[in-house]
Amino acid sequence: MSDLTLHPAPLTLGETLRRSLLAPLIGLALAFVIHRFIVPLLNPLHASLALDIGVNIILAVSLTIVNGFTGQFSIGHAGFMAIGAFTAAGVTYYGSVMLFGSEAFAGGILSAAEAGDATGFFTSGDLLFLAGCLLGGLIAGVAGFAVGLPSLRLRGDYLAIVTLGFGEIVRSLLEQSPDQLLLPSDPAARAAQIEHIRDVGFPTLLIHSGGAIGFGRVPAYASHFWVYGFVALTILVAFRLKASSHGRAMLAIRENEVAAASMGVPITRYKVTAFVIAACLAGIAGALYAHQVRLIPDQFGFQRSFDILIMVVLGGLGSISGSVIAAIIITLLPEILRSPPPLWPVMLVIIAVLFIVRGRRAIRAAIVLAAVAIVWEIVRWVVGDLSPYRMILFALALIVMMILRPQGLLGLREVWDKWIDRRRAAKVEAAA
Amino acid sequence: MPGRPQAYALRLRPSSPLPAPVSYTARPVQKFLETLLNGVSVGSLYALVALGYTMVYGVLRFINFAHGDIFMLGAWVSLAVARALSWAAPDANPPWYAAIVLLLTSMAICATLGFLVERFAYRPLRKAPRLNVLITAIGVSLFIQNFAQLEWVFGVNTGTMPRVLPDVELFSITCGPPPDPAEPEVYPKVSIYLIDTLILVTSISLMLALQWLVYGTKLGLGMRAVSHDTTTAALMGVPVDRVISITFIIGSALAAAAGFFFALKYPTIQQPAGATWVLLGLKAFVAAVVGGIGNMRGAMVGGVIIGLLEWFGAAYFSPQLRDVYVFVLLIVVLLVKPSGLFGSTVPEKV
Amino acid sequence: MNLKSLTARLVLLAIIAALTLPLASCGGAKNENEILIGEYGSLTGKQATFGKTTHDGVMLAIKQINDAGGLNGKKLKLIFKDNRSDATETKNVVTSLITGDKVVALIGEVASGRSLIGGPIAQKHGIPMISPSSTNPEVTRVGDKIFRVCFIDPDQGYAVAKFASDNLKAKTAAILFDQKEPYSTGLRDNFRDAFKKLGGTITTEQAYSGGDSDYSAVLGSIRDTKPDVVFVPGYYNDVPAIAIQSRKLGLNVPLLGADGWETEDLAGKAEGKLEGCYFSNHYAPADKRPASVKFVDAFKKEYKHEPGALAALGYDATMVLFDAMKRAKSLGGDDLTAAIAATKDFDGVTGTLNFNENRDAVKPMVIIKIEGGKEVYVATIDPPTK
Repeated sequence: MSDLTLHPAPLTLGETLRRSLLAPLIGLALAFVIHRFIVPLLNPLHASLALDIGVNIILAVSLTIVNGFTGQFSIGHAGFMAIGAFTAAGVTYYGSVMLFGSEAFAGGILSAAEAGDATGFFTSGDLLFLAGCLLGGLIAGVAGFAVGLPSLRLRGDYLAIVTLGFGEIVRSLLEQSPDQLLLPSDPAARAAQIEHIRDVGFPTLLIHSGGAIGFGRVPAYASHFWVYGFVALTILVAFRLKASSHGRAMLAIRENEVAAASMGVPITRYKVTAFVIAACLAGIAGALYAHQVRLIPDQFGFQRSFDILIMVVLGGLGSISGSVIAAIIITLLPEILRSPPPLWPVMLVIIAVLFIVRGRRAIRAAIVLAAVAIVWEIVRWVVGDLSPYRMILFALALIVMMILRPQGLLGLREVWDKWIDRRRAAKVEAAA
Repeated sequence: MPGRPQAYALRLRPSSPLPAPVSYTARPVQKFLETLLNGVSVGSLYALVALGYTMVYGVLRFINFAHGDIFMLGAWVSLAVARALSWAAPDANPPWYAAIVLLLTSMAICATLGFLVERFAYRPLRKAPRLNVLITAIGVSLFIQNFAQLEWVFGVNTGTMPRVLPDVELFSITCGPPPDPAEPEVYPKVSIYLIDTLILVTSISLMLALQWLVYGTKLGLGMRAVSHDTTTAALMGVPVDRVISITFIIGSALAAAAGFFFALKYPTIQQPAGATWVLLGLKAFVAAVVGGIGNMRGAMVGGVIIGLLEWFGAAYFSPQLRDVYVFVLLIVVLLVKPSGLFGSTVPEKV
Repeated sequence: MNLKSLTARLVLLAIIAALTLPLASCGGAKNENEILIGEYGSLTGKQATFGKTTHDGVMLAIKQINDAGGLNGKKLKLIFKDNRSDATETKNVVTSLITGDKVVALIGEVASGRSLIGGPIAQKHGIPMISPSSTNPEVTRVGDKIFRVCFIDPDQGYAVAKFASDNLKAKTAAILFDQKEPYSTGLRDNFRDAFKKLGGTITTEQAYSGGDSDYSAVLGSIRDTKPDVVFVPGYYNDVPAIAIQSRKLGLNVPLLGADGWETEDLAGKAEGKLEGCYFSNHYAPADKRPASVKFVDAFKKEYKHEPGALAALGYDATMVLFDAMKRAKSLGGDDLTAAIAATKDFDGVTGTLNFNENRDAVKPMVIIKIEGGKEVYVATIDPPTK
């Protein structure tokens, strides 16, 4: 009889390294492939959308950790994103000015959007960018701790309001912050400003986040490599968390908090941990977002928090792969709605759904979707551009989905569940 | 007489066009009274909306996020009706009963809307986990906001509510000695306007009517039964679905009334998807929580507390942070006494 | 392939999605006889009001140009994309207009914040962009392809300060600004600097959030500091309520504003409480200049209501672009930009237009007074000579 499960042999160093580092390295390699080989083939709009998708995936997966795994209801996630974004933008921008004397891009191949802008493989500019991202994540994590602690006493509905209020407070404070210290073009004034920035020095500089007009001119370090690299890391973190005993404890809290507590699960610790991890990841997502376009505090309001929430709910609360799929769909939706595609691919999607949703409900679902497709085609023929109705369609889809399929696309399942179960079964058989 | 403080006197004055210009030295009592009056006035509007939140929570145990949007619709629907009846043109002269007509119409329309929302969006989810219903509520809220913003509904421009009630000053309270020795006849005074008085009177009447309904009628008994235990109430023969529908209808009607009064007091109505409405709805929700969610008296008191806090905070502390005070109070209450002022802690059973 | 397994099904779904997506973004066939111009703005979302007005003006201009034959027989086609008042949308929309639809020029945006997002993208791809009404100075500093047909906030702040100091003889002023709007906070700074330089003192600066309905707390504080005038660089959504409430509280000094005040029947909305107040604007609605009169008539005929300054600016931006297109050697980015920069004494609706070295429009500002419920032109202030 095998004693696989009770007393496994201690791991060798090689095995430990393989288990912990192989997956992240594969993730980074894939990100590099995307960055260097796939993205240059896309047109600029699609490349830009790919960056958005990456950031949204990180946000959705991070929210699923706190909303899905532990079952808390946090809807102020954009606040953590904002904290990470403005911190990282400040570090990169002011850091560039202080260290390199200019706000220009000074990164290597990993960060450059065009090969021509790069100066080496991994430069000090890249290091500054990474430092900014990590600092953004760290401070967002601290904020997550501050918000997570009081959350212990609050049940679902109240927590929702408190987190919403937190998001609003962050936005409000950012709008009041002093102006960004920009570099004028005139050389004499420029040198004077650089001196001034050096005098102000680090923590205070971060307060100068630009106020209502926001923070701009940040050198564009967030290439597809970094974005998808962090996407891979985020998914790995979430996956390992879910598969571990910590994750099981969190899922227990989600199912029934009182029962979990009576089983000895330290509720406090896990709820706060979930908040901190989620806030940290959201901060990193914000940091990546900060290096693309301008940051405007107005953009981090509850609208954004709701967008992330919709992604998580659509994908299935607690499903990592569900969040990924939903993030992709929701990010692409505005573009699809702007010029709605013709009917026949939608019919194919119906057939695809028929395959995925098995059983009696498949027929019902297929009929509903066929009706939707026909209505869509009529509306498309009559109206043309569906963009003004985008939010209305979102909202209707949300309501309908909650009534017909509240577990979202995947519920708590993952796309890789079958594969993992098969591997585990094979291992048990091999040992027996 | 120099040096002798003027007694606080009630002077009944007919409506005056503009108050006479007075010296701008600090006038603490006037500031205090003005802040108090405004806080109570808007606080009673918050109370009306909070009542809706609290009643729905009582019977269904969930927070209807879309309730704040009914408040917004109350304002916009009354404006739309005014426009339809051609009372909204700049030179129109609305008849004396215009306010009553607009109030009742907007209450009726919003009550219907509340009923429809409950029937089609919330009833199918009666047995679902709370998170799902909350998400549906967010969906309904987004739907209402964006639908109202469509070109052929209310559009994206701000609207101006016509003055269906004259903006007259009923009387004024003099508070303090004349601050400017150069103008010895001019006293700092606080004006009490018709609109504020009407808001207060109507809010109190509606709340009293609701109080009578819930504690003095069979329907109210049914509502209380359903909020206590839905299954047992059903077994006892209470028509649960009907009771819940009526709860929504009443709650929406109250929110609509609050919206109409808000539009009367502040005639510039912001566009439907504006942030103002969401914040107002959230503040009313905080009022319900502070008073003890599920408790009607709590909602009324909570509303006034929130109104006063917002106004006093803005007047004496910092006007920029007026939205922040309310959230800070929420956090404090939830940390110290989560069941609110009048609520009672319900032990959670497994 | 076993279609029952989840993996197989998802693979099938992925294939279908891959087939669907390219279809979603394929544009229509390019018409050789059309010249594509892009416009981006908010038709939905928080700032939809401004986007719509500007868009009306632009469309009127395009219609008039096409009715008159277009550019050498080729019609102009306007591709408008709604950015929902959202930053990420703006980025995608501008990228799509420039790289997908391949427009030759871009008109937008109204809000300085979003112009600062679209600007760098246009600059990077070498497409000229004309903003109708972004007033923050940073917008044109982005690069040499970015223009604007309106004045910048420093000049506007200066104009109001000068008017207050010279014409109204004000020694002290208070400022009541919208803390959420960069337009408002920028003007606050500009007015403050200019007023101080002209020898005045600012008694207090108070903030409100756009959409707040009650301003009595801040107005009370302002009243207590006894200013001669109050500068309110806010948007017209808030100004009538501010006026009404300030008069109720006993604050009776003139209120001064900027071009954000402008809206149809401002005086009526304020129920007469804006009597004796002033605001700066791009042009006076009662302007008798022929270009202005023609525009107002055409606009009223097309849209059945009076145009506002934003519509006029949208119209001017388009007309400036068209005028440059007529003069340009080719419609390529650099040639077109050079032609726009060379615009000389263009007779626009909002005044005679010249671009300075920063590509900002050099135009005088008018001061409008509200008198007898009507807007009356009072003075013209030239921008400060640097």
